[in-house]
Amino acid sequence: MASPNDGQQPGFPAESAAHAPFVDVRRDASGRLAVSFGGDWRIGSALPDLTPVHAALSDKTPQILVLAAPRLSAWDSRFLTQLMGLADLAESRGITVDTAQLPRGVCSLLQLAHAVPERMDTGREPDDPSWLAAVGRWSQWLVQDFRDLLAFVGEATLSMGSVVVGKARFRRVDLLRLMQDCGAMALPIVSLISLLVGLILAFVGAVQLQMFGAQVYIADLVGLGMTREMGALMTAVIVSGRSGAAFAAQLGTMNVNQEIDAFKAMGISTFDFLVVPRLLALISMMPILCLYAMLMGIIGGAIVAVAFFDISVSEYITETLRVVQMRHFLIGLFKGLVFGVLVGTAGCLRGMQCGRSASAVGDAATSAVVTSIVFIVVADSVLTLVFNRLRL
Amino acid sequence: MQPNPDLGETAYIAVRDLTMAFADRVIQRDLNFAVRRGEIFVVMGGSGCGKSTLLRHLLGLQQPAKGAVFYAARSLWESPPSERAAILRKTGVLFQSGALWSSMTLVENVALPLGQFTDLPPGEIEAIARLKLALVGLAGFEEYYPAELSGGMQKRAGLARAMALDPDILFFDEPSAGLDPLSAKRLDDLILSLRDNLGATIVVVTHELASIFAIADNSIFLDAESQTIIATGNPRDLLADSTDVRVREFLTRGRHYRGDRGPDRADEGRV
Ligand SMILES: Nc1ncnc2c1ncn2[C@@H]1O[C@H](COP(=O)(O)OP(=O)(O)OP(=O)(O)O)[C@@H](O)[C@H]1O
Ligand SMILES: [Mg+2]
Repeated sequence: MASPNDGQQPGFPAESAAHAPFVDVRRDASGRLAVSFGGDWRIGSALPDLTPVHAALSDKTPQILVLAAPRLSAWDSRFLTQLMGLADLAESRGITVDTAQLPRGVCSLLQLAHAVPERMDTGREPDDPSWLAAVGRWSQWLVQDFRDLLAFVGEATLSMGSVVVGKARFRRVDLLRLMQDCGAMALPIVSLISLLVGLILAFVGAVQLQMFGAQVYIADLVGLGMTREMGALMTAVIVSGRSGAAFAAQLGTMNVNQEIDAFKAMGISTFDFLVVPRLLALISMMPILCLYAMLMGIIGGAIVAVAFFDISVSEYITETLRVVQMRHFLIGLFKGLVFGVLVGTAGCLRGMQCGRSASAVGDAATSAVVTSIVFIVVADSVLTLVFNRLRL
Repeated sequence: MQPNPDLGETAYIAVRDLTMAFADRVIQRDLNFAVRRGEIFVVMGGSGCGKSTLLRHLLGLQQPAKGAVFYAARSLWESPPSERAAILRKTGVLFQSGALWSSMTLVENVALPLGQFTDLPPGEIEAIARLKLALVGLAGFEEYYPAELSGGMQKRAGLARAMALDPDILFFDEPSAGLDPLSAKRLDDLILSLRDNLGATIVVVTHELASIFAIADNSIFLDAESQTIIATGNPRDLLADSTDVRVREFLTRGRHYRGDRGPDRADEGRV
């Protein structure tokens, strides 16, 4: 509500003292319903109850609704929406509305609001909220998503093929920058996480092994665990959170800004130019990161073994070298490569699918991480099973 | 519905029975028109009537709900992807929002298409890119990123990028929106000289009456209500002869037509 000070603020025209808003309903014999408004009808005001007006419009329906505001002291859009509500109600009951006696400004704004007739073909049905419809929508989405994935993989394969035969279309600086982002910049976090994973593996194993006096096998446990499994897995999870999400957000934002359209309209393939360098960056960096993670994990294990379980450094190294063989490294590196492809695919796919809003970009980044992690875990299970069967 | 345009030798871009829709909502139906080689073709119409959407269809970014788009008698949508890419390679486009690549500087933006589709040495590519930026009055801003520019400057940079390859066909979506009157006039001159000197075919979406009368050889007028073309022809002729009150009001900025003579603006063009 306007305070008495309002009128004294510099730069503002003096206002008449604020009056509480009121509405007055009168019905005359000729079937006219006269509604007159007075006082302060603004966003800050406590408006009076309009039910008497509604009631008067409903029972013993009048023929004409005359709106007037002889003692209105102040008004804004709030007044307009109230008026429009009444006018719509009246019109829906076939009552003529007479606005001639409203202040001129009110009249002209009301006219403007009705100047362009509402487009009838723009109506939208709200989504059906029943669970059956939700299941239907969800399965449609799933099918569509799978199709998008297949199309993406197809196009990406073709584009990668053209790179293999030496027809790369992207700029080399982009690839180098991406490799730096995905690889070098990830080193600190990969170091920290894999060192800790090595520590944890060593501790968990050592407590059990100690019961048999077989602490020295900590080296086997950590060595095999890191090389065959945890090195690649942890790196992939980290990279999906860093680079996968970043790819989705980058491509999603480009989609929002029509930058993707600009590529397409020029006949530049977005796969050649945007997706391929990202996939290449991950494919080249993931194995290197994995190798690094394996070594960090083994160092973590060594720290625990030496510090808490009375194993000498040379003992640990000898035991590790005895049990960890080249093939274990290769298995880990191969997994890293596969995970890199998966993270890149999920990130770029979600980015390219992104809708045209800020929240869609956020969703794309989230979804990229979730999708990558699902891909990674599924692929890891399959690969582990396969390597086991092959007795590798 | 409009009669079918002649699709003979002269039609460079031909649109036949094109219906544009988003899901179930039809934006425009059964559009028919032809753009001749070397002309400046203006698309007019109220806000939200589907002008930008029409450009997206012409550029192969959105599939028609019905109908076809032909470039020199080759159907855009029925051609195999390689041929479609070849057609699109002859086009340059300025999007309504500019759509510059935000992770690249202006000169990189303009140079990118050149790097992709020509074998020029990098130095020459950069020289061409700088020239294009200078043509739109952005000399000195080569190393700026799009986010560091004003709206009108982004528009002009988008224009420079569209012109990068000296394409045969240029599409401009509201090139002068957000420009001051003088820059807008310079832009009109640029568009005219692109046509006159490079023989480009130019499709321009614009609301700017002064530039409509200054540059247009031919035009169509889209209407949101009736969802189709309500007038075709040179805007000056439309102003003189059209009996459609919507066209008339648009071309006179809502002033009612007063009889024998168009408003002053009509006489401004091509002095
Ligand atoms: N992605 C989309 N999804 C659904 N509807 C859309 C989409 N883009 C545009 N439309 C609808 O299509 C219609 C035409 O939009 P368009 O952008 O082509 O208008 P326009 O003629 O370019 O208008 P303006 O002059 O304001 O730029 C609008 O009514 C809009 O609601
Ligand atoms: Mg538009």
